[in-house]
Amino acid sequence: MDEVLLAAGATAADLAAARMQMALSLGWHIVVACLGVGMPALTLIAEWRGYRTGDPAYRLLARRWARAMGVLFAVGAVSGTILSFEMGVLWPGLMGTYGEVIGLPFSLEGIAFFIEAIFLGVYLYAWDRLPPVPHMLAGIPIVLAGTASAFFVVTANAWMQQPTGFDEVNGRIVAVDPWAAMFNPATPPQTAHMIVAAFMVAGFLTASVYAVAMLRGRRDRYHRLGFLVPFTVAAALTPVQVAVGDWAAHFVAQYQPVKLAAMEGLFETVAGAPLTIGGVAVDGELRGGLEIPHGLSLLAHWDPNAVVTGLNEVAPADRPPVTVVHLAFDLMVGVGFALLALSAWAAWSWWRRRDLPRTRWFLRAGAVSGVAAVLALEAGWTVTEVGRQPWIVFGVLRTTDAVNPAPGLVWGFVLVTAVYAVLTVATAYVLRRMTRSTPVPAALEDSDVDSFKVV
Amino acid sequence: MALADVMLAVLWLGLTAYVLFGGADFGGGFWDLLAGDARRGAAVRAQVEHSIGPVWEANHVWLIFVIVMLWTGFPSVFAAVASTLYIPLTLVALGIIARGAAFAFRKVSDEPRLRRLFGAAFAFSSVATPFFLGTTAGAIASGRVPPGIAAGDLLGSWLNPTSMTTGVLAVGVTAYLAAVYLTLDARREGATELAEGFRRRATATGVVVGAISVVGLAVLRTDAPALFAELSSWPALPVVGMSVAAGLVSLALLRARAYLAVRISASLAVVGVLWAWAVAQYPVLLPGVTVEAAAATDAVLAASLGALAVGALLLVPSLWWLYRIFQRTAPESSRTVAPPRADTR
Ligand code: HDD
Ligand code: HEM
Ligand code: HEM
Repeated sequence: MDEVLLAAGATAADLAAARMQMALSLGWHIVVACLGVGMPALTLIAEWRGYRTGDPAYRLLARRWARAMGVLFAVGAVSGTILSFEMGVLWPGLMGTYGEVIGLPFSLEGIAFFIEAIFLGVYLYAWDRLPPVPHMLAGIPIVLAGTASAFFVVTANAWMQQPTGFDEVNGRIVAVDPWAAMFNPATPPQTAHMIVAAFMVAGFLTASVYAVAMLRGRRDRYHRLGFLVPFTVAAALTPVQVAVGDWAAHFVAQYQPVKLAAMEGLFETVAGAPLTIGGVAVDGELRGGLEIPHGLSLLAHWDPNAVVTGLNEVAPADRPPVTVVHLAFDLMVGVGFALLALSAWAAWSWWRRRDLPRTRWFLRAGAVSGVAAVLALEAGWTVTEVGRQPWIVFGVLRTTDAVNPAPGLVWGFVLVTAVYAVLTVATAYVLRRMTRSTPVPAALEDSDVDSFKVV
Repeated sequence: MALADVMLAVLWLGLTAYVLFGGADFGGGFWDLLAGDARRGAAVRAQVEHSIGPVWEANHVWLIFVIVMLWTGFPSVFAAVASTLYIPLTLVALGIIARGAAFAFRKVSDEPRLRRLFGAAFAFSSVATPFFLGTTAGAIASGRVPPGIAAGDLLGSWLNPTSMTTGVLAVGVTAYLAAVYLTLDARREGATELAEGFRRRATATGVVVGAISVVGLAVLRTDAPALFAELSSWPALPVVGMSVAAGLVSLALLRARAYLAVRISASLAVVGVLWAWAVAQYPVLLPGVTVEAAAATDAVLAASLGALAVGALLLVPSLWWLYRIFQRTAPESSRTVAPPRADTR
């Protein structure tokens, strides 16, 4: 394995550009994808409540969310398509050899995409053509297929962390067990963590829009429900997510100890390792962090004196960048606990008074919860993907050997960045205008609901 | 038939579906581009928006399906094509982004200025994207993508006579299919004048695409003689003949205003081109690489094909339901013809 160190011919700048392009397009797609997984469920809840109670507030919420969903899905679909191109355009060394090993989940994902797109077309465009119950039933496959596609695509990523299910002779794949590749050891914690994250991101983001409106004085039933429904879903999942995150960390400790060492900035293997919060890696040690004695051993192995592997166990060329991974991990965990506190606050107040906390600080926290959840999401992926370096397929293929050796990738990156900048601005602008151009009337009536066009 | 051949056939069926459905959606953008200023073009644009709105995302998935099947079934071919043709493919990807996003944005925007901006982005990328996609087909067909990673000429592979012709042909095909499909959509909704307009466009593009194809054959003869020889002999020749015949029949059907029948014959004409190419090139995928040599292991092929077979049980009825709902006459309420919707309350 050590001989493969020779670079594939791409310049350092091209390699960096390819990685940044991949990170940019994935990091962009994942936000919209989370909304694509989570929003159909939120919309269905609102539509169902509106159907059962006849409350125009719920019914208008459902329609307005569906309209936003139409835009988000379109953007999600096209930003996902570029990813499938990039898998080959940027990483032919990965796909040319291992494309078949991860082909099965992507084939299944294709089926899920079809289901999603078909029923989305029906759900959005036939809102006024189908009776309410069949219409709601048409929404259920969207939720299932969205969750399934998140599952499938993350199994492919999990395989890159824990490659199993294939035999290789002289760089050629000779036998594959596609199901074993798909259900590799990393699959259960990673997929569970990702799916919960998707619903959290969608819930907190949607809720934060209404928290802002409430801070601006719009406290009518419509805005309250617009906050409560998605917030409740996300808050209920937050403790689950912290538990699943703990599971993911134990998984990493067992299967990718070098990644764990980078996450925690642990350079030397020791017993009773401390947990360091913050700090940057300088000259082979972590400086400026806050140390909690025995913390890491306790968290990673449930034993305050357990031995934790340090970065010194592998050659420097096999270590991931430490500072980025460490700080990203701290950020994710920090946000996770902050959101847990916010959820607990809301739950406590609801239990005591059947109402949300009255202080404006609660709404302010609610208003930033969406951005915070997205930060945790991006930070989590940074931990997973940068922590996997220098391998693109952990222990099997180096990123340098997978990149497209053709010259000029830098220019592709520049072009893609420009397009994404425009796309970001346009998406934000259009979504904002959608809320502004048809304001919600102060006293909602049925006619307001019926005259609001979904598409 | 070996599993690899089944995989290839499934892949090509997916490509055919993409060309017929997704291609027509691109063509809608072509006619949007040529529809004229905001006032004169309003009816055409509204019809295009109305016809492709509910279905374009599902149609678009065919492309993803083809890409994924290619890297699953023939990984080294995918790597060779994507790495050598990375420039046009990056442009295709960006075109897809611009087009889908702009289409969705325009639909929900009510400011005329914004609608024009997004409309222009949608229409322009609807023409550019099939062009670049077409050049990649020409690159592969003329044997300019060798096996290996980035082994081909990064520019010459797609900047050559065959690729330019296939690029233009791809744009023409999308415009032709769209015009043909839209005639029926417009007539079903009682817009007779609009239907007549699309009929004229369909006839004109039909003639133009036929002419491009003839020019294309001449180009192939000098630029890719091996492929030309295959195309002009058994077993590809009958497929070419079928395509030509279907094209001529379509012109007659358009004259007779048999809009449903012409949908079928026009599709057959296009399918003929695609499958003639496949038959002519089979079993060679890239120079010196056959289907058998490039195929993934049987376990992978069997698992993916099996999954698709099971998936088809879900997909076929769902797709049928989708098209059926929207091919019925639309009720008044969901027919949004007038583009400026500035009814701010
Ligand atoms: C809302 C988002 C969110 C929140 C609140 C958390 N995470 Fe997370 N985390 C993710 C979103 C995320 C993610 C973006 O979804 C990742 C990236 C890859 C993956 O499967 O999940 C991830 C990865 C990830 C990994 C790396 C797994 C790997 O490399 O294989 C670990 C160890 C944790 N998380 C641990 C935690 C802990 C202990 C948390 C509790 C406080 C936590 N996460 C909160
Ligand atoms: C789920 C399927 C995913 C697959 C198959 C995948 C694949 C890849 C590939 C091929 C690379 C480039 C090679 C490398 O630098 O290691 C990469 C890098 C990266 N990916 Fe993922 N990825 C997935 C999910 C994600 C998601 C959703 C994100 C979201 C943020 C993400 C974030 C990144 C980042 C930040 C890098 C750059 C790492 C570096 O510094 O090199 N990945 N990923
Ligand atoms: C963890 C990571 C990912 C999740 C959870 C995810 C989820 C989703 C979801 C739910 C959609 C549907 C559209 C939407 O909701 O907006 C979507 C679209 C798409 N994604 Fe991703 N995705 C991820 C990463 C990737 C990667 C790595 C690839 C490719 C290599 C990819 C390829 C696509 C494609 C091609 C589409 C378009 C499908 C369509 O046309 O409907 N995704 N993704």
